Amino acid sequence: MNLFLDAIAWIFAPQNWQPGGVSPLPIQDRLLEHLLYTVVAVVIAAAIALPLGFYIGHTGRGRQFVIGFTGAMRALPTLGVLFFLTMVLGALVKGNSGIFWGTTVALVLLAIPSILAGAYAGLESVSRPAIDAARSIGMTEMQILTRVEIPLALPLIIGGLRAGTLQVIATAVIASYAGLGGLGRIISSGIGLNDYDRILGGAILVTAFALVVDALFAIVQRLTRGPGAVSGGRGNRFRRRASRPETVVETPTQERNVTA
Amino acid sequence: MTWLWGNFPLVVDLTLNHIRLSIIPIVLGFLIAIPLGRVTLTGRFARGTVITAMSLLYTIPSLPLFVILPAILGTRVLSDTNLIVALTIYAVAIMVRATSDAFFSVSGETKQAATAMGFSAWRRFWQVEFPLAGPVMLAGLRVVSVSTIALVSVGVLIGSENLGYLFTNGKQRNNLEEVGVGIVATLLIALLFDLILVAAGRILMPWARVDRAAQRRGKRAVVAAPLAAGGTEPTAAADEVSPRGRA
Repeated sequence: MNLFLDAIAWIFAPQNWQPGGVSPLPIQDRLLEHLLYTVVAVVIAAAIALPLGFYIGHTGRGRQFVIGFTGAMRALPTLGVLFFLTMVLGALVKGNSGIFWGTTVALVLLAIPSILAGAYAGLESVSRPAIDAARSIGMTEMQILTRVEIPLALPLIIGGLRAGTLQVIATAVIASYAGLGGLGRIISSGIGLNDYDRILGGAILVTAFALVVDALFAIVQRLTRGPGAVSGGRGNRFRRRASRPETVVETPTQERNVTA
Repeated sequence: MTWLWGNFPLVVDLTLNHIRLSIIPIVLGFLIAIPLGRVTLTGRFARGTVITAMSLLYTIPSLPLFVILPAILGTRVLSDTNLIVALTIYAVAIMVRATSDAFFSVSGETKQAATAMGFSAWRRFWQVEFPLAGPVMLAGLRVVSVSTIALVSVGVLIGSENLGYLFTNGKQRNNLEEVGVGIVATLLIALLFDLILVAAGRILMPWARVDRAAQRRGKRAVVAAPLAAGGTEPTAAADEVSPRGRA
């Protein structure tokens, strides 16, 4: 436990927050960089993946594409993709902006599958009668999408954004090895200096950052769960299944409590 | 292709080590996830606790987890043990969802029938619940396999020798082919593991295939239905709603 206390002491040491520190310091600069990379990558990825996911979810066209694409993307080693793209784009754009855009393209690419799958699965899970009802009262396809499907699918759509964002935060950590700033810098410089307080301090900072972002998304997800909205988030898959009443014939054994 | 031919033995070595580092977490993750997944059936509190704990663990980014573990395990920072333990934690985190869904998918009637026939709880679990949960567990295991193999390469940053070495070394030497070879080799391992898992599923669970074929024809497979009742919901872990990759 002592190691953790040392690391926490390192995080809160005032000299590590002093502006104008050496290399990975001060901490707040790296924190802001990490936030910036994350926001830029997620916004671009959402701008690409959400419309595509809505189109596929609304029309039902290209389902196989989504399933195949998200599966294949999961198999890609993030570190390799990151280095490959920074090398390719680094050759095209000179200097630091080459590294920034190279890693941003990689982060965007890695965030797209989760966001796409969330948007598609969200729309897919909206009840068909609700959509038929909307169509029968004369809504246009666009109105059905924006007034029925998206609001009802919102928890799952945000769930996709949440997964994508966490993926970006995690990948941005290793992007420090491609020359990017951010919190990963603290860990990589600590490994280089063999300074475990710094390594652990950096790791705790990143973990805290990821958990805070995850918690914020969880709150937003909960707030968007209006009446009739499809359930999203953790452990709710069972609730849907459980809501289907079963015919109980005889005295149940204990698993009846679970399934019914 | 010149680089690849000149360094073929190195690539083979790294590939074999990559496979070794992947297999351990996949197997351990599966084994640990079985009891944890089963526990989620015992009640709302148990389910909430386990699922939430797993989600939180999965939220920790990989490199930080690799370097936090030495402080907990007492290992050296540059030790393969950290990598294996971290990957096992992720494997469990993904797999528990799948095993939980899988055991939920076994119908209550089937379990009651087994109890009525005089199966003890232990025998009922291994001879009835476990096989029927198989197809959904397999779907989860395929996800675990693919993501573990992809993740192993990050271990190179803490000194592990695997295909990730081709990424860092290729980057240092500005050798795009080397990095490309690493990516392709990783994908090939993932593909190989997936084929093995699918084949194992076909051999160990022939009924799942019968049932699926029947569903395709839109008929009810009278013979297979009682066995596969509820056991083949294809949705579950395979198309996990938000499939999160990992870095």
